[in-house]
Amino acid sequence: MSLMSLTAVELGKKIAAGEVSAVEATKDALAQVKRLDEKYNCYVTVDEEAALREAEAVQQKIASGELTGPLAGVPVAIKDNMCTEGMLTTCSSKILYNFKPTYTAEAVLNLRKAGAVVIGKTNMDEFAMGSTTETSFFGPTKNPWNPEHVPGGSSGGSCAAVAAEECSFALGSDTGGSIRQPSSFCGVTGLKPTYGTVSRYGLIAYGSSLDQIGPICKDVTDCATVLEAIASHDPKDSTSVSRESYDFTAALRDDVKGLRIGIPRDYFGEGLDVEVKEPILKAAKVLEEKGAILEEFDLSLVEYAIPAYYIIASAEASSNLARFDGVKYGYRTQDYNGLHNMYKKSRSEGFGPEVKRRIMLGSFVLSSGYYDAYYLKALKTKALIKQAFDRAFAKYDVILGPAAPTTAPKLGESLSDPIKMYLGDIYTISVNLAGLPGITVPCGLDSRGLPVGLQLIGDCFKEENIIRAAYAFEQSRSYAHCPAAE
Amino acid sequence: MSRQYETVIGLEVHVELATKTKIFCSCSTAFGGAPNSHTCPVCTGMPGSLPVLNKQVVEYAAAVGLATNCTITQNCKFDRKNYFYPDNPQNYQISQLYYPICRNGWVEIDTPAGPKKIGIHEIHMEEDAGKLIHDEWEDVSLVDFNRSGVPLIEIVSEPDMRSADEVIAYLDKLRLIIQYLGASDCKLQEGSMRADVNLSVREAGSEKLGTRTEMKNLNSFKAIAHAIDGERERQIELIEMGRPVIQETRRWDDNKEASFAMRSKEDAQDYRYFPEPDLVPVIISDEWLAEIKARQPELRTEKLIRYKKDFDIPDYDAQILTSAKRMADLFEAATAVCGKPKKVSNWLMGETMRLMKEHEMEADELDFSPENLAKLIELVDAGTINNSVAKEVFEKIFLEDVDPDAYVEEHGLKTVNDEGALRSTVEQVIADNPQSVADYRGGKQKALGFLVGQTMKAMKGKADPGMVNRILKELL
Repeated sequence: MSLMSLTAVELGKKIAAGEVSAVEATKDALAQVKRLDEKYNCYVTVDEEAALREAEAVQQKIASGELTGPLAGVPVAIKDNMCTEGMLTTCSSKILYNFKPTYTAEAVLNLRKAGAVVIGKTNMDEFAMGSTTETSFFGPTKNPWNPEHVPGGSSGGSCAAVAAEECSFALGSDTGGSIRQPSSFCGVTGLKPTYGTVSRYGLIAYGSSLDQIGPICKDVTDCATVLEAIASHDPKDSTSVSRESYDFTAALRDDVKGLRIGIPRDYFGEGLDVEVKEPILKAAKVLEEKGAILEEFDLSLVEYAIPAYYIIASAEASSNLARFDGVKYGYRTQDYNGLHNMYKKSRSEGFGPEVKRRIMLGSFVLSSGYYDAYYLKALKTKALIKQAFDRAFAKYDVILGPAAPTTAPKLGESLSDPIKMYLGDIYTISVNLAGLPGITVPCGLDSRGLPVGLQLIGDCFKEENIIRAAYAFEQSRSYAHCPAAE
Repeated sequence: MSRQYETVIGLEVHVELATKTKIFCSCSTAFGGAPNSHTCPVCTGMPGSLPVLNKQVVEYAAAVGLATNCTITQNCKFDRKNYFYPDNPQNYQISQLYYPICRNGWVEIDTPAGPKKIGIHEIHMEEDAGKLIHDEWEDVSLVDFNRSGVPLIEIVSEPDMRSADEVIAYLDKLRLIIQYLGASDCKLQEGSMRADVNLSVREAGSEKLGTRTEMKNLNSFKAIAHAIDGERERQIELIEMGRPVIQETRRWDDNKEASFAMRSKEDAQDYRYFPEPDLVPVIISDEWLAEIKARQPELRTEKLIRYKKDFDIPDYDAQILTSAKRMADLFEAATAVCGKPKKVSNWLMGETMRLMKEHEMEADELDFSPENLAKLIELVDAGTINNSVAKEVFEKIFLEDVDPDAYVEEHGLKTVNDEGALRSTVEQVIADNPQSVADYRGGKQKALGFLVGQTMKAMKGKADPGMVNRILKELL
């Protein structure tokens, strides 16, 4: 049996106890990558040598007592939009196909300090724009539960790698649902922390005011443990918050007595697949039986979240992605005539269609004369959505709903209809607009054997509530290993 | 010209702030340095890097705002200005559009018609770009990001100026205020102060503003004055010919003494400004603002009053000494050492100004130490050297900041007080110049001067002229 079938915390315990070494764990991860990745394409880059070297160094520190944390020696996969010094960081885009950063993202540094061993970089939608991991320049990642289906996105590579057990856990980033939706599609647990909890330094920006790094794991215990390792107040990120407490594992209690859970009617209306709806409501029942207080309510404004999100995220992206111009790093076109032609050709050839669509959309809404009508209005909508959540959290500790309206669609189904793909983000997007924490936990399979994810949303800086609820729910069932991983 | 025209001018002044580190990272702002040696992921726009605001920039900008009677925006924000250019590593500049740090100020200038207030519309903070170096030989362009991220403030005036003289007076006033605050050295030639001139003309008495042009690349007060006069003439000529003035940006060519159109309003870029999401709003609390206010140094007006009161120097001296911060600093420091304000003032207003003119230097380029000037004054007062030697030594101090004690000693410049040696030299001079001796004895007082000169020459200038005079008279 591969060590990768263990959770990160279980594996960490075995390594700490000296039952297995960090090197053996890394070798198992690499073996699993070798066995499965050709089929699922979870990774853009795997650096075997570097991983083994790091595992050996970590093992020495474990032996000497220098590293004692729960993640010491545990193999991790990093989404390819987080900078890793000297290791390719492509954002799954042609425009960064050869880019090796000169520094490492703060969240990854924090993991390294905790002794986690980086196996490689995972596939994603190009610049995190997409919900299926099909917009990657390096080809789509396939869902380990059924390779004819997408893993979701944009952190599809990270979620599929955890499901296929090609790593112990992974890091993803979530701008509009990019951790929670693919976690739902791949049957794993993913947590998007409160905005400002994990440093964005070194995360290649898509929508700066919405981006947040978070853990993707097999279970809630791993998520809380990894979050504890990566969260920090980072002076290099002005939007990083100094939190009162960074203790997330204390909330791992099988106790939801008196926890007030709100179920927004708006999340269970038209468009929600009945095969998703049933397991979600069943999960709510489980929590109720454990003592939580359930109540339905109207969240309101849900239909405005998608247009507001696509305006704000695209506007920021149009500016964030301006730096990819062929001048300093990354792809530059072969033949060009002068500076402007070089810019134009490098960007035309270097970006894929979904990225171009959002750059154009973002440039348009920021244009002189349209700013007030679109961008400013979207910011006001964002503020109203936050207020709606504030009202809800005055009454509830947790909001419960689905992470996505359906289970994973088939490859190729979504790209032909981008509007439909955008609508698939309806349950995750408002969480980013309001800066809230959210977690997805597996809660069943549909009739085709594809996973369904339960989403739990908390108030700002109240990760403990969603971790508590998710953990309590998780105790009612055992982890469903993806058959392909075995 | 049959009609009377009025020139309407507004200025956009960029000032590089004197912080040690850049506005959004901890790289050095020092000049020089090998290309791209003062850079990091932030100021080279590396993917994933994030800006962190340098507090000192806020303090300098607020200090300039307070000194120019502005209202400080206590909750101000940064915005992104988007445009593509290779010297701009992110292809956007972090600047302020919607909530600039200072608004609605003014400074007072002197005009022939009396004092006049020039309004300041706003002052905002922003980052400088890198520098492009075009290599004609290799046919490539290179980028040096050492200047990328150097903090700037842009001071936007109201269109309140009516002539080149008013513009120069306004710039002089701004420069002095900012230098006094220590917020910048404000050197036009080196680009730490840059002015863009917005100018339009209208018929005298008209309320409506004419179409304006913006003039860039003005590197000296002279260029600014010439550009204003030239642009005024150009616009009046167009109007007289019945042709429209086109709203455009023009570039001043100092060598050709003329301006050329760069781009018209039609090709003006849409900068797609929006709030910078990577930075949080800058909250300037009442306490912080009070701290900045408390730290405001003495400005020129206050210095003028104090100089007259504390040092008892004439108004004229005080005016000149305070006309540059460096000059005032030298004056105060040297006076503190020797306690002789009038003498220090004389050296600064006399020899210092003369040598500055001779070497085409600005006051802020003076880099001799006030201690050396104070020592020199002591040497003269003690009679150790005479005035002409002192001038010679001062030139050395001015140029090389030599220690006058050591220099006088080393070069044997001490006044010769040995009367015996002097007496024998005078005897020799009398013997060598019988004609002059005869002239003097014949009543020609001028001849004595010649003999004194001859003696000083023979003594290589080191004699005390009073003593030479006395001995000569005695021997004749």
